[in-house]
Amino acid sequence: MQATTAPEKIPFLRDPTKRSILYQLVTMAGVALLGYYLINNTLINLERQSISTGFEFIEKEAAFEIGESLIDYSAADSYGKALLVGFLNTLIVSFIGIILTVVLGTILGIARLSTNWLLSKLAAAYIEVFQDIPVLLQLFFWYAFFYEILPGPRQALDLLPGVFLCNRGMIFGVPHYHPAFGYAAAAFVLSCIAVWFLRRWAIKRQDATGRTFPLFRASLLILIGLPAIVWWFGGAPTEMNVPVLSGFNFKGGITISPEFTALLLGLVLYTAAFVAEVVRAGIQSVGKGQREAATSLGLRPGRVMHLIILPQALRVIVPPLTSQMLNLTKNSSLAVAIGYPDFVSVAGTTINQTGQAIEGVALIMIVYLIFSLSTSAFMNWYNKKIKLVER
Amino acid sequence: MKSTTAASHRDEIKPPVTEIGVIGWIRANLFNGWFNSLLTLAVLYLLWLIVPGTVKWAFIDSVWLTGSEECRATDGACWSVISANIRFILFGFYPHDLQWRPLLAMGLLVALLFYSRERSRWNKTLAWAWLAGLFAMGLLLKGGLFGLTAVESANWGGLPLTLLLSVFGLTAAYPVGVVLALGRQTNMPVIKSFCVVYIELIRGVPLISLLFMSSVVFPLFLPEGVTVNKILRAQVAIILFTAAYIAEVVRGGLQGIDRGQYEAAESLGLNYFQTMRLIILPQALKIVIPPSVSILISAFKDTSLVVIIALYDLLKTTQTTLSDPKWMGYSAEAYIFVALIYFICCFAMSNYSRKLEKELDTGR
Repeated sequence: MQATTAPEKIPFLRDPTKRSILYQLVTMAGVALLGYYLINNTLINLERQSISTGFEFIEKEAAFEIGESLIDYSAADSYGKALLVGFLNTLIVSFIGIILTVVLGTILGIARLSTNWLLSKLAAAYIEVFQDIPVLLQLFFWYAFFYEILPGPRQALDLLPGVFLCNRGMIFGVPHYHPAFGYAAAAFVLSCIAVWFLRRWAIKRQDATGRTFPLFRASLLILIGLPAIVWWFGGAPTEMNVPVLSGFNFKGGITISPEFTALLLGLVLYTAAFVAEVVRAGIQSVGKGQREAATSLGLRPGRVMHLIILPQALRVIVPPLTSQMLNLTKNSSLAVAIGYPDFVSVAGTTINQTGQAIEGVALIMIVYLIFSLSTSAFMNWYNKKIKLVER
Repeated sequence: MKSTTAASHRDEIKPPVTEIGVIGWIRANLFNGWFNSLLTLAVLYLLWLIVPGTVKWAFIDSVWLTGSEECRATDGACWSVISANIRFILFGFYPHDLQWRPLLAMGLLVALLFYSRERSRWNKTLAWAWLAGLFAMGLLLKGGLFGLTAVESANWGGLPLTLLLSVFGLTAAYPVGVVLALGRQTNMPVIKSFCVVYIELIRGVPLISLLFMSSVVFPLFLPEGVTVNKILRAQVAIILFTAAYIAEVVRGGLQGIDRGQYEAAESLGLNYFQTMRLIILPQALKIVIPPSVSILISAFKDTSLVVIIALYDLLKTTQTTLSDPKWMGYSAEAYIFVALIYFICCFAMSNYSRKLEKELDTGR
């Protein structure tokens, strides 16, 4: 009787649930203690060095110039605006960089798989060399290329008619401002919306009736045609604002600074090598039988690529591709080393002037965390969307 | 009889000369179809534009072992900028007559790496040899024991610093990364969330923000009067950064382990630590050797970022040389030299990683 009533008492430390709670409490206490210690030290140090805390400095006058800016900015503006300028500079270099990287990386990846021995080996050599050299070194190299190797404006290299390369950067002509361009841009947005609806309709019709619609050609026609017609009716302005050498520098046109060009060149050439490997792996991941089966169904090579290979390859390509895009964005922070005013560089100047290092570094981290969190949110959405529907 | 002669006669008929040998190879690989032929011609034209000029610049017109005056006179590359400053570029401000010590340390590292390349030699003795070797390298750099003159860490620089930051960085980051990966895999919510937040936080920000932190924020964390030297602070930043990436790689390995392994270990009566140490980690870490080498490669490349917080690594010593008015304007040559060093190291490592991947591919 007695033996059955009293269940065996488990010692405290042998009970997995209790032990796990204990471990977690100890960890929490440890982290809290460490945090308290660091914060306490920091507060004492800040007091001793009489550094103010908080984000009030954002409202204060920045009192430093920024070399290039997408919005109007002068030294009289606030730190907040200076940081915004830096943020926009980071965005623009990353955005253009990502587009160029994907284009170049895809070309290289396909070239790597080409049956042409010469092309394939050249692409392989490019990928190996550019992957194995630190991106910072590449940035320094291109920066030196602009300042030391390229000639001055008077002997500028004329790459294409109207595009000049010299130690002041890259200079090229743009059309003179005319309202017709604004209308054409609006027409382009409209035609994008139209194409989207057209695509939905075409897919619906194909699902219902099986009849295909030459979507690509029709879209191309709308996307190019509509803005072109609007531009024509707007007066068809063709006047160009071309750069002309006057004195020691160019006048007119648009000048892209050596810093920006060097940064863009370095980031794109470096990241494209990684993207090329991603693209190659993606295409190779599609079984050979898929291509053979598609060909034996009588599909033309273009449609084999479009309907069979790409949809399957993209599933493999997109996740590592987005992480490479994120890498490019993070690497754009190296701009600080060659003097392009990106977010990190402006925040660095802010830290130096205000002495508020903690806030400055926190701002840098928050901005990049936003980039990476939104990227991973996109990735989760994409993975869900393309996930194979299993029965 | 007749049939044999027919057979030998058939043997004598060779395939057409356009299908075999050099011509056959060229036809099959360079000129199969009009598109490929066009591509080949375009690539050849491009090479013809670039290669002769580069060869002329780099080898024919170049000067190698001269002063800067001869460089100004030539059109070609001025490799003298390297030969004249090689000791500063490689060793930074390390005392001139003691530079055999970092050289010896690097030799030791290369010898250890070279010896460890065969997997059959990986055992406990080798691990101890590595520990002893790392200690000896540190001692050689720092001095102060066994009659070696002490050298302030402020004077360390060049290639030894680059290697120090990456090798010690990875060695120290690996255990931290493994612990983080295990923490992320546990079912204890508090520990798990700490690990997840740490890993995602670090992987979300660029290394440069951590280096900034190490150089401007970290001193504020320490109690009054305590200072930590700049190299150690950068080293800590690199370790914290690399650990997060290692954690993700190791997690991949842990996820590759079959559930049955855990269950078998449990049914043998092993506790958590025994299971991990004896069953799970040996298998998981084996899977992740190739990706770990890639992390070593990127850590090695990333150490170049310490330039931004003004540590004299290989890149910074090169830049310092280039700011000397005597050698100003030869950036291309100097950077190509540094790029070559990085390339050789990374190429060797990535080749090795590929070889390992092939070896390990045969199953577990």
